[in-house]
Amino acid sequence: MNAPLPTRRDESWRYADLKALEPVWAKLTGPEQITVPAGETVSRQIAELPVIDGVGMIDLDVTIGDKATFILHVLAHNADYGRIQVRATLGNGSHFELGGAILGAGKQTLEIVTETIHAEPNATSNQVVRSVLADTATGSFLGRINVARHAQKTDAAQSVKSMLLDRGATANAKPELEIFADDVKCAHGATVGELDKQALFYMASRGIDPVTAKKLMLQAFIADAFVSVDDDAVRDAIEGKALEVLEGLS
Amino acid sequence: MTISTGVTYRLKNFELKRNQMLKIENLHATVGDTEILKGLSLEINAGEIHAIMGPNGAGKSTLAYALGGRPGYDVTAGSVTFTPLPLAGGAGGGQTSDEAPPLTPPASGRGTDLLALDPHERAAAGIFLGFQYPVEIPGVSNLQFLRESLNAQRLARGEEALSGAEFIKLAKEKAALLKMDMDMLKRAVNVGFSGGEKKRNEMVQMGILNPKLAILDETDSGLDIDALRTVGSGINAIMRKPDKAVLLITHYQRLLDEVKPDFVHVLAAGRIVKTGGPELALQLEEEGYEAIAEAA
Repeated sequence: MNAPLPTRRDESWRYADLKALEPVWAKLTGPEQITVPAGETVSRQIAELPVIDGVGMIDLDVTIGDKATFILHVLAHNADYGRIQVRATLGNGSHFELGGAILGAGKQTLEIVTETIHAEPNATSNQVVRSVLADTATGSFLGRINVARHAQKTDAAQSVKSMLLDRGATANAKPELEIFADDVKCAHGATVGELDKQALFYMASRGIDPVTAKKLMLQAFIADAFVSVDDDAVRDAIEGKALEVLEGLS
Repeated sequence: MTISTGVTYRLKNFELKRNQMLKIENLHATVGDTEILKGLSLEINAGEIHAIMGPNGAGKSTLAYALGGRPGYDVTAGSVTFTPLPLAGGAGGGQTSDEAPPLTPPASGRGTDLLALDPHERAAAGIFLGFQYPVEIPGVSNLQFLRESLNAQRLARGEEALSGAEFIKLAKEKAALLKMDMDMLKRAVNVGFSGGEKKRNEMVQMGILNPKLAILDETDSGLDIDALRTVGSGINAIMRKPDKAVLLITHYQRLLDEVKPDFVHVLAAGRIVKTGGPELALQLEEEGYEAIAEAA
């Protein structure tokens, strides 16, 4: 990449692992441009990051045409430092859907960073991110939403939930809203928690062993990120991959 | 054939009468730094229903949790021996124990040290804990939860897992017994259930898991009169069997009108201070715990 290496002073890079990034920065290409023509739907699933020297980077710059839909499902797990960066610009009446799961362990730093630009009226966006973090892993979601002055009737939603499996794990969730229109709906919610001990005992009291109980709960927790996959086979594939990774965490 | 069945039944009663299922000796348990149970002893035989009544803070729920192995409820002294009759086999988790119970009571001294088992192992051994406040598990459906539970228990006992079809049949049957529709079984465990629905769900779970000993912690709390009757008849239908037993923790006489106890115990300040028949519950209702606990 020709651009200079980002610094932590840049808000969207404040939780990044810049030390890991530095040696591979020059090898990275710029963002992939995606254009969704008016009225059409494009779906993309990313279950593995393309990794160079431990760094996995997905960088998308998406232009969503009028009444078009872009649906993205991502699984961030297989990198020491992994970053999924999406810039989506929405046309009139269009929709952007993001479902993401961050599954980290060890010393991994994984993040999903979005910039959703409601440039035109009547567009909707929905972002659901679930993180499960073990050991001393860090998982971050930074979601910026810009609503232009004339982008009335915008409906933008973000739901970000993180589950910390160990004391040393870190979750960051940062919604950032810049709204210039006055007739808009922007909902955002973020929680950070740990596995519900009462539920674990309840399951044990019915005969479910601790490993299975944990698996069932984590499976249910991350399922939210993939409910918006409309093709059952595709959903099964990405959920299956997520489960496989989860089993490695516990 | 008829004659031999009759003989079997008499023999069974004779054997079961002596079949001690649970023996709690001098149980001490603490929650945090506070000792709640202070030397509780109790014996329950197969075929019996025991009610434990007592004032708030007496240790009733602590007893249930200590027996279930809940983390944070530490047993500091005493022993609990669990000696169930071998579980009846067959598809459906041996639902018909009143027809042909296995008649091989374990030899004395062969019981399981319950306190040495993990909570999920206690369940597989045949213990069911009915929660005062059943827990919500978002995202996990009742059916999935119950199938995982039942099959985990069956596998732990060396039995085969039930197929999806077998399980659904069993779930339908037990849900109908508790007047619960299948739509509720498809919903996430206890999520959005009313207090009464949660309690009925506990009983559906009990029916499906088919335990040897049910420890029911204030299953009657939060129930309206009709639901109380449904739950009461559910307990009778599922657990009133010669090879099963119930420990019923309750505040009120009302449930005991539905589920007739063989013994009533008064728990006060961490010990059982008085034991009697069903009439003791009536006396408690009339005179209050204080009078009885003091007189004891």
